[in-house]
Amino acid sequence: MTTKSNEKVFIKGNHAVVEAALDAGCRFYAGYPITPQNEIPEFMSKRMHEEKGTFIQAESELISVNMVFGAAAAGARAMTTSSSPGISLMQEGISYMAGCELPAVLVNVMRGGPGLGNIQPSQSDYFQATRPGHGDFRMITLAPHNIQEMYNFTFDAFDLADKYRNPVMILADGLLGQLMENVELDRSRKPLYLNTPKPWALTGAKGRDGQRILSLLMQPGVLEKHNFDLKKKYDLMTKDEIKFEAQGMENNPDYLIVAFGTVARISKGTIRLAAEEGLKAGLFRPITVWPFPYAQLKEAAKKVKKIFVLEMNMGQMLDDVKIAVEDASKIEFYGRPGGGVPTAEELLKFIKGKVK
Amino acid sequence: MASEKTVYKKPKSLTDVNFTYCWGCGHSTVHKLIAEIVDELNIRETLIGVAPVGCAVFAYDFWNFDVTEAAHGRAPVVATAIKRVHPDKTVFCYQGDGDMVSIGLAEIMHTANRGENLTVIFINNTNYGMTGGQLAPTSLMGQVTTTSPRGREAALHGYPIKMAELLTQFEGVKYIERVKVTDAASVIKTKKALKKAFLNQINGVGFSFVEVLSSCPANWRMDPVTANAHIDKNIAAYYPLGLIKDVK
Repeated sequence: MTTKSNEKVFIKGNHAVVEAALDAGCRFYAGYPITPQNEIPEFMSKRMHEEKGTFIQAESELISVNMVFGAAAAGARAMTTSSSPGISLMQEGISYMAGCELPAVLVNVMRGGPGLGNIQPSQSDYFQATRPGHGDFRMITLAPHNIQEMYNFTFDAFDLADKYRNPVMILADGLLGQLMENVELDRSRKPLYLNTPKPWALTGAKGRDGQRILSLLMQPGVLEKHNFDLKKKYDLMTKDEIKFEAQGMENNPDYLIVAFGTVARISKGTIRLAAEEGLKAGLFRPITVWPFPYAQLKEAAKKVKKIFVLEMNMGQMLDDVKIAVEDASKIEFYGRPGGGVPTAEELLKFIKGKVK
Repeated sequence: MASEKTVYKKPKSLTDVNFTYCWGCGHSTVHKLIAEIVDELNIRETLIGVAPVGCAVFAYDFWNFDVTEAAHGRAPVVATAIKRVHPDKTVFCYQGDGDMVSIGLAEIMHTANRGENLTVIFINNTNYGMTGGQLAPTSLMGQVTTTSPRGREAALHGYPIKMAELLTQFEGVKYIERVKVTDAASVIKTKKALKKAFLNQINGVGFSFVEVLSSCPANWRMDPVTANAHIDKNIAAYYPLGLIKDVK
């Protein structure tokens, strides 16, 4: 084995996802072509072969997610990736994995919708990421805002999936998938739980009775208890895994931008432009959009005059912001749906229009 | 002095849970045959099964080896992934006709076309048993079900799909046989076919498929004897028994 060292590369977000998955010990990938995430299966087909893992081009998103279900049941670190319409199909498998308590990583490189929509960057799936699938379950969802985070968070996602035996989603978008940036690949980072035994996995009943992976619990009360147990797990996630970035709060800003992913990144430009015009604005960026940093946002929102919720949709995270802040009358929303990507100047113009 | 010797005992690969299937249902027979084969081939500790959605969703209650559930129709792709992760293990899926031929048609076709080295057991009882006997893609012409009260008619429902024949075209498919479990002789034949389907996988031959014509007296509104006669006379007439494909 060669000693791995850190590596600086100039790559697309979709490529960073592949490198992160392999560095995190993922050796099973199944995926189906859909724009704007096609570089993931393309790079993966080459790189997974080099790492002697399994790459399968599935015949639908239903097939890829159910293959990931099977690989996870067999004890493997497994991943699939897609974009919005494909994630709709994958909700079946996501729910089954949550019910069966199987770890897996899903990457959603969002595009415009509804329906077939378009292939431009969008944040159209905040709802189906933070309120996924059928049944009563939760899923940690990480929203990167640059290519370094595409790499880091994908790696994190595998550790979190194993830690909680639950699917984890990376919520990216077409811009983050396609953008190229300098990324430091941490080749020396050790995956957590990778070598932790999975006694629940199906490996053949050697020296024991057969065991089951199942979500069907028909006896009265048994499913209810399962749901209570799952809730305890989700409560732990909420207690321990919330991540967010607060920028400029030390300057006691008058205004607070709340944005995630690509819009948070654009908003950083808006805040610089605003400062040049004498407007003091801070940024609150949820990194885990589930679990959502309600308490932290509530605190940050107390001191500001106005809260600007900026999204590339028509107000999905907005609902969570309204849950978090005490005075909803302070909230102003600006959204660009259907593949529209706002500029920093455009966002500033909106803010200025509301504060004069 | 009379002496006693054991001539028959419950396979180790069955749990102590009583079968919960209806009177005359073919599932219990096939479950037991699989358990016997697993014992005989000594693969209980290296076997992973995939159960369907439908009556046999509870198969894992009766088998004492590793089993996972799969979403409706997805068993072959769940099995594909398990086999790719554990190529040294024996992996099989067990599906009914609603599960495989309706909602799971894409999954079985592509798994067959990929030529995965799997054993697939297909129970064809020409209706959706678990949900109360609705029309399946395999229901016979004229068959009265809870969703075809005037009987299956071509203009409304098309024609019954012959799954075993459909899969013959795929080069990756190595073995297909259609059997039934209506009497002692046919049960013995079925066991032989199932055993071959497992041995093929163990010997690396490739995708092996056994279709079992199986009785559903409760939903057919028949007594078990009449139901078996219905298979012999009518169902086997449409779905011919015997070896359909065998690539060495």
